[in-house]
Amino acid sequence: MIRLDNIVASYTTQRGQVNAVDGVTLEIPDSIVMGIAGESGCGKSTLMKVLYGDIGFPLSLRSGSVEYGLTNERSEPVTTDNIRREWFRHISYIPQSSMSSLNPVVRICDQFVDFPATAGRKKEVLAQVRGFVQKLGLPPESIDAYPHQLSGGMRQRIMVAMATFFQPEIILADEPTTALDVVVQKSILLLLLELQREMGNTILLVSHDMGVHYQVTDKMLIMYAAKAVEYADTDDIFQNPLHPYTLMLTNSLPTIGDDRARRGLPGSPPSLWEPQKGCRFAARCPIAADRCRREEPPLVEYTRGHFSACHFAGDVAGLKETLQAGPKLSEVAHDPSRLMSDLEADR
Amino acid sequence: MNTILKTQGLNKVYRLGSFPRSIKVQALDDVNLNIESDKPVIVSLVGESGSGKTTLAKVILRLVQPSSGAVTVAGHLVAGKGARPHHNEFLRTVQPIFQNPFEAFSQHRTVDCYLRETAERVGKLQKNVAVETVEEALAAVGLQYSDVRGKYPNQFSGGELQRASVARALIPRPQLIIADEPVSMIDASRRMIIINLFLALKEEYKTSFLYITHDLATAYYISDYIAVMNKGRIVEFGDAKQVLSRPQHEYTRVLLDSIPRLDQRWVERRNRTRR
Repeated sequence: MIRLDNIVASYTTQRGQVNAVDGVTLEIPDSIVMGIAGESGCGKSTLMKVLYGDIGFPLSLRSGSVEYGLTNERSEPVTTDNIRREWFRHISYIPQSSMSSLNPVVRICDQFVDFPATAGRKKEVLAQVRGFVQKLGLPPESIDAYPHQLSGGMRQRIMVAMATFFQPEIILADEPTTALDVVVQKSILLLLLELQREMGNTILLVSHDMGVHYQVTDKMLIMYAAKAVEYADTDDIFQNPLHPYTLMLTNSLPTIGDDRARRGLPGSPPSLWEPQKGCRFAARCPIAADRCRREEPPLVEYTRGHFSACHFAGDVAGLKETLQAGPKLSEVAHDPSRLMSDLEADR
Repeated sequence: MNTILKTQGLNKVYRLGSFPRSIKVQALDDVNLNIESDKPVIVSLVGESGSGKTTLAKVILRLVQPSSGAVTVAGHLVAGKGARPHHNEFLRTVQPIFQNPFEAFSQHRTVDCYLRETAERVGKLQKNVAVETVEEALAAVGLQYSDVRGKYPNQFSGGELQRASVARALIPRPQLIIADEPVSMIDASRRMIIINLFLALKEEYKTSFLYITHDLATAYYISDYIAVMNKGRIVEFGDAKQVLSRPQHEYTRVLLDSIPRLDQRWVERRNRTRR
């Protein structure tokens, strides 16, 4: 179980401090794939950095800590303070861009064994690496290549191989397939799932593609303007959301075979530089009331394992019905004024 | 029937590497498209990366010379042998919208001066008329001239700036707008605002769109026709709803099978934490 306790992470800039993650408290069970979603600037990558323990200027942890539910060699519990020592032993990281993460002038095999633990037995380790990359669907010779000699999909497989080779308990993947096209993306995601089932580790996956989350994750965290707004099983997120933002996010996406007219979500998140009052989503929310603009809703467990930060979580199901009873695209397609109704509000 | 877009035997070969060991890459391989309609249409061009989608767009936009073949847009020969209409005439026929609006506009110039310049140079309008045209185009995308005036690109959000670049493309009243991945940089929650804007402009401005994307779901949503590209060839072309619900070509099926859908899973999840 990974426990996050009131995480406040802020960036120091010339304008002062800005909290990119503002008070996130969570418990993540073991051996699941958890997805983190939200629009750009909502703090999902910053939360990832905090979880990885990669905290350094300009990022700082102003309060809270992470307990990983692991013990290190000296049988002390692993927390934010000593997680760096466990990098690639108990926790590993798959970055978005494999091209800028691999050293372009060093052969991949040398990058695999470039750490003190392999001193004296590099050949042995390399033989294991060759076997392992073969299992991941790469030719064993591919690790003798330089990064630029491989295609984007092969390089991302190498990154997956590096992150999983030592069978770490926790794998963090920050947009691991965003730079790839859909056919390769599917193969990489299925590979990750297969490895996760085999090794039983916890994968935390950041992606902006709700389709990827639906396909891969067990649980999901939805973030909005530095806050966690909903945390639940993936099926519940898509079928019975308890936060209007989650609903509007999943409902705005068209699907093949569905002819309902879709509407975007006008407006933009509040600037994190300003002091925040009330619910941060209130300005864009169709069911916001005065109470939402006054008090900030806490993240509350409504049904077992389903958390939401909304004063009117009970009304979201009704909102969903209203949205789903909306007009078909063919009815509005010839009426520009209805199609454009969101534009005025989107400032 | 008006011809909106027609390509005849379009080929483009790129050479990679230097002379003795250069290799040929066939980016476009005998592309024949013929889109005829009385009404404006939205045509989607889909395919994975490296399939030649962007090369086709660049050829139509005259950014790349085709190795052979010709392109006709609304009766004007725009690329290929003998394509030498006046540059302004070409810009009044075809206009682009690019993927990343922050790269499309210079960081050192205000956005409104791009809009006014398009009106003055391409539209050949006097200064005061130009401003009116700019105001009208901005109103069509839901922006006000007073909000845009004097602002630099970094003062806009991605969605707003992309709408300003749509407004710029509208100023010369082109017959065809080429939109190369116009929404991939925009947050999922606001993507549909731009997509619905394209539908509205098709009705209001009678502009046709060539919508280049790898997102099959939005392609299904807005397009009348769809062209599926693979390895430089158009492998399937037809009515968008029909092609995506009953794909004929093997590659279209692979592509449809690979997109992360929201209604059925690739593999059923096992170790779900159930209540």
